[in-house]
Amino acid sequence: MQIFHRSANVISRASIYTGIFTAAFALWACIQIQRSPYVTYAGIARPQPAPFSHEHHVAGLGIDCRYCHTSVETSSFAGIPPTKTCMNCHSQIWTNAPMLEPVRESFRSGKSLVWNRVNDLPDFVYFDHSIHINKGVGCNTCHGPVDRMPLMYNYASLQMEWCIECHRAPEKNLRPREQVFNMRYQQPTKDLPVADDGNSYTDQLSLGKHLVDKYHLRSVMDITSCSTCHR
Amino acid sequence: MFICFVILQWFLLAVCWLFYKGVGVWGVNIPVGWGFAIVNFVWWIGIGHAGTLISAILLLLRQQWRNSINRFAEAMTLFAVACAGMFPIFHLGRPWLFYWLFPYPNTMTYWPNFRSPLVWDVFAVTTYLTISLVFWFVGLIPDLASMRDQTSNKALKFVFGAMAMGWRNSVRHWNRYETAYLLLGGLATPLVLSVHTVVSFDFSVGIVPGWHTTIFPPYFVAGAIYSGFAMVLVLAIPIRKFYGIEDLITMRHIENSAMVMLATGWIVCYGYAFEAFMNWYGGDPYESFLRWNRLHGPYAWSYYTLLFTNLVVPQVLWFKTVRTNPLLLFFVSLDVLVGMWLERFVIVIVSLSRDFLNSSFGQYYPTQWDWAIFIGTLGFFSACMFLFLRLLPAVSISELKTLLPEAEVKVAHAEEVHDL
Repeated sequence: MQIFHRSANVISRASIYTGIFTAAFALWACIQIQRSPYVTYAGIARPQPAPFSHEHHVAGLGIDCRYCHTSVETSSFAGIPPTKTCMNCHSQIWTNAPMLEPVRESFRSGKSLVWNRVNDLPDFVYFDHSIHINKGVGCNTCHGPVDRMPLMYNYASLQMEWCIECHRAPEKNLRPREQVFNMRYQQPTKDLPVADDGNSYTDQLSLGKHLVDKYHLRSVMDITSCSTCHR
Repeated sequence: MFICFVILQWFLLAVCWLFYKGVGVWGVNIPVGWGFAIVNFVWWIGIGHAGTLISAILLLLRQQWRNSINRFAEAMTLFAVACAGMFPIFHLGRPWLFYWLFPYPNTMTYWPNFRSPLVWDVFAVTTYLTISLVFWFVGLIPDLASMRDQTSNKALKFVFGAMAMGWRNSVRHWNRYETAYLLLGGLATPLVLSVHTVVSFDFSVGIVPGWHTTIFPPYFVAGAIYSGFAMVLVLAIPIRKFYGIEDLITMRHIENSAMVMLATGWIVCYGYAFEAFMNWYGGDPYESFLRWNRLHGPYAWSYYTLLFTNLVVPQVLWFKTVRTNPLLLFFVSLDVLVGMWLERFVIVIVSLSRDFLNSSFGQYYPTQWDWAIFIGTLGFFSACMFLFLRLLPAVSISELKTLLPEAEVKVAHAEEVHDL
């Protein structure tokens, strides 16, 4: 004895496919959301106590990264400059700019400016700036075009897949050490070769392999081992 | 039912506390990092095996006597696997990240370590659960249709009707149904052997003395069927008594199950004997120490109780008077369940507590939360079982009909059909 109309057959068959597609779509949506700026904040500028422009200071004035981030070559932490570093110049120029009042207030009171951290790695990740700098990873490889960021945002997702992508093939991103702080550095091409140790390299892979040897990078197996970053 | 419900609440409370505080509420610590959770996991998943054996292998072997016990044995499998499946999740430090065990395109670009038997376990158990569920459900379809036709309640009619998937009891339906059921039986058959084999790899792949033995896969499978049939009897004996279905679940079922228990019990004992023999014959000092430790160590009581419950007591099954005495059989089955639980206790905890270095010897003391979660799963299992008995036909109606004298096809008639 049937209690459903014959048309229920169509519904039941359709529901099988709908179920599969719904499940597949839900999975796909989760995967996409997990990688979207909604979760990673990539490309989203964070509010700061003073609207410091890297674009103006780096591209406009040509200040080197290390002028402020002094410990980047020697320490795990690149360093956030003390207010005194700001006041080196701002005691002379723009001394009355209202935008800089929080900086002057900090200088007068001796209380640090509380910047909002932008490139925030999870606490269970051990990360060291100095090793990356010294092995020829450029600042903008990870931080993006900082000289074009009026307000700071994280360029990369900072997710593990992003770290691992480079750790699995570091030769794809290495550059000569003296180019690390060059924000306008370009990977070698036929038209714009990069010279190193008297040789001229016309493609990134040959340059990268040369630098892997030259800077004694640990093997890919070593730098993709769990305990390299999760200590 | 009420007691089961209370135990179930206790279980939920214990699980909430566990998730809130972490696995520290258990007695596990180095060197015994695998405590009750893994003991219970192996025990429960082993119990499930009897259901699959009854429904799949006996189906393929055309053992028709299975027809009245297969339904609740399959349900038992499902609920036991559900209980078993919870433990690996409970024993994770961060249980809400259990899905990391599955290979999916995650943001870490890492896949689970496919060389690890723990990952094989995930696939073995999820496959087992899926196949058992489908097998159970397909078996239920004709009965759900009967229930749809029998009920006068509109809402129930709709629910049963939807679940019966338009079953009309037509010959064409039956033809397809039997084919599908046999195919599923064929699919489920290797699982009886494979699931517990994979579970045994969790141990035998490790190098801990007491784990690292090649006898584990067959020994685990036999032990699984052993404990499974014990659970079938523990359930069947009261069910047939209190629901008055002694004519459906007959003495023959009970006796056959007892004989299966006796046979698998001896395979398990063979396993014990050869474990001990290889400890001596292998000549490895750590293995010899393991044997000494089992017999004289701080957990010696567990090994002796294990030998008594799994080896000595079941020998009464040689006697037909015992095999046909439900009450005695009930207690023998309970004893086997205890014994098989102790077997996993001996394997997991005794091996881990004293392995290679004297300096890393340690003891394991289960806390009240260990016990709460273990006993809680018993409550969960019983609650599921009672709900099943209440809501669905515990004995397959349609398959029982095939056992009726009227269902027997006359030989002459069959030949006629064949000639056509």
